[in-house]
Amino acid sequence: MMKTETIRRRVSGSDSQRAKIWQLRLYVAGQTTKSLVALSNLKKICENHLSGIYKIEVIDLLENPRLSSGDQILAIPTLVRKLPKPVRKIIGDLSDTERVLVGLNLRTAR
Amino acid sequence: MRINGARSKTTDARLQKCPTGIQGLDEITGGGLPRGRATLVCGGAGCGKTLLASEFLVRGATEFGEAGVFVSFEETDVELKVNVASLGFDLASLVRRKKIVLEHIYIERSEIQETGEYDLEGLFVRLNFAIDSIGAKRVVLDTLEALFAGLPNEAILRAELRRLFRWLKVKGVTSVITAERGPDQLTRHGLEEYVSDCVILLDHRVKDQIATRHLRVVKYRGTLHGTNEFPFLIAADGLSVLPITSLGLNHKVSNERVSTGIPRLDAMLGGRGFFRGSSILLTGTPGTGKTITAGCFAQAAAQRGERVLFYSFEESPDQIIRNMHSIGLNLEPLVKSGLLRLRAARPTLYGLEMHLATMFKEIASFQPQAVIIDPITSLMVAGTDYETKGMVTRLIDYLKGGQVTSLFTSLTHGGHALQQSEIAMSSLMDSWLLLQDLEGNGERNRVLYVIKARGMAHSNQVREFLISNRGIDLVDAYVGPSGVLTGSARVAQSAREEAEALAVRQKAARDKRDLEHKREALERQIGGLRAEYLSSAEELRRIEKQVGKQTRLLTDERTKLGRLRHADASVATNTNGNASSTHRR
Repeated sequence: MMKTETIRRRVSGSDSQRAKIWQLRLYVAGQTTKSLVALSNLKKICENHLSGIYKIEVIDLLENPRLSSGDQILAIPTLVRKLPKPVRKIIGDLSDTERVLVGLNLRTAR
Repeated sequence: MRINGARSKTTDARLQKCPTGIQGLDEITGGGLPRGRATLVCGGAGCGKTLLASEFLVRGATEFGEAGVFVSFEETDVELKVNVASLGFDLASLVRRKKIVLEHIYIERSEIQETGEYDLEGLFVRLNFAIDSIGAKRVVLDTLEALFAGLPNEAILRAELRRLFRWLKVKGVTSVITAERGPDQLTRHGLEEYVSDCVILLDHRVKDQIATRHLRVVKYRGTLHGTNEFPFLIAADGLSVLPITSLGLNHKVSNERVSTGIPRLDAMLGGRGFFRGSSILLTGTPGTGKTITAGCFAQAAAQRGERVLFYSFEESPDQIIRNMHSIGLNLEPLVKSGLLRLRAARPTLYGLEMHLATMFKEIASFQPQAVIIDPITSLMVAGTDYETKGMVTRLIDYLKGGQVTSLFTSLTHGGHALQQSEIAMSSLMDSWLLLQDLEGNGERNRVLYVIKARGMAHSNQVREFLISNRGIDLVDAYVGPSGVLTGSARVAQSAREEAEALAVRQKAARDKRDLEHKREALERQIGGLRAEYLSSAEELRRIEKQVGKQTRLLTDERTKLGRLRHADASVATNTNGNASSTHRR
């Protein structure tokens, strides 16, 4: 549902508006330690850097295995930046904040 | 191989086999791949790894009722469907009928940022979902090594691969994992470390500019297997491994005989020609009439209403028709009626395997009753002697299985080793005809021998082989004190013999005439004598008559005198009667 909303907004809104909405999707498989760590890390980073302009969707592949093929998920956990384009994937428990920021293109790699 | 196959039955209790349905592979592995385990198929680029894997799945789905999952790390679903469609597999329809699931997994390294701990649970989830969605029994991973390029952390990847193979085993699916061959090990990333149940190595080798594919079972835990390298081919209907050594000799045989198209040759072969379904080798030096003999056979077969497939590796179909026309064989209507199919290809056009594959395909679709390959030796160019023999064995086996009469011509070089070079091949053949040039008298003449003809009484005579615009004629070569005479020498010899015969005939006539004369003279003599005899007899009768007359006259005269004397004429005349009556009184 979130996805469709976002798309509508993107189509109707201007470029600046689009850039402001961050659509993030976190793929996990069950409530594993890695998944929980990843989710909490993600929330922390988003609050710090994207406060108010992000949406996180958590997809548990054990519940919805069908969804794994759409984003070509192999590694768990995987964070997918659906918007803004281009799509980026970050794998791992997101414990390396520096690299997460680079991966999300919030910071250029040093 | 057969022994292995027989023995493996005893191990079936311990190790179950999962038949691949791939021609020949099940024979080599004694029944198929290890059921419920993983098999590694490795080889260089373009070896046919993906095709082997897809055929394993497709055959599983179509022939053994086992659904399959194809996980492709390289090709997309669409590409895959197109690729296997070239093998005649309708993957799309199998996917629609939920027999096969295609999963395309790709990783773009540039898209991926690694940030700490992770595992490949996503892959497991996808695989698990795919397997469960159709109840798959077979899984193909093609090729896992793409993961090494996509995922930066090799330590995690290796740990996860180990877990993956264990998981597949627990899941109970028979899996085929393909991998690229490494420079000094079987696979580039050492996958053989994880897949240890069965390893099959594919190889594509180019020798003398001709590529041949080979398959070898490097390892098969818990079972006996053929360890040789087997040539295999990718044909239009899938892979075909050629385990030459495993071919059995258990064809059905026919007692039916088919004409060779040359009446005199039929006569040499026990009067009725070749056996149906037998293999015939026709060897000869260049220009001895091999193709013509083959053409006669083809024409005779087609005129009997049989379908004939004529492979020519030397001449184009039109050229064959034209050339055969010059000796009175009209093949064109037979070609037009569809009974005779002429196929021409340069031997070097492609490798031996491909030749074999195209032949198999054509034979399977055309269903001929006779196949001619002219000449088989041309294929030697396309492979080594050993390979060619293997191929011919395979071909003969295939043809005999279908009761197809096969005629192979073979070009031999002049010189002493005329028959020598054919020894290897001749053992496969049921009949062997040799065409030879005899040189002498400033001319070359063709002769034909039947070297062997299994299962029939055949002539041991040499026949002179004449090619005229009315076709082939076999005539008895002159065998005499001066050796075998052919051609003009034979003609001269027969002329000489004819002259001699004429002389004898003339002399006999003369003698007869002389005797006739003599007989006539004698007869004349006899006639004279008889006339003489007759006149003598007449004379004799005349004399006798005269004597009788004189006697009568004398008696009459005496009686007359007695009467005149009135004496006892009556007494005198009846002296005897009176005396007796007197005496009685």
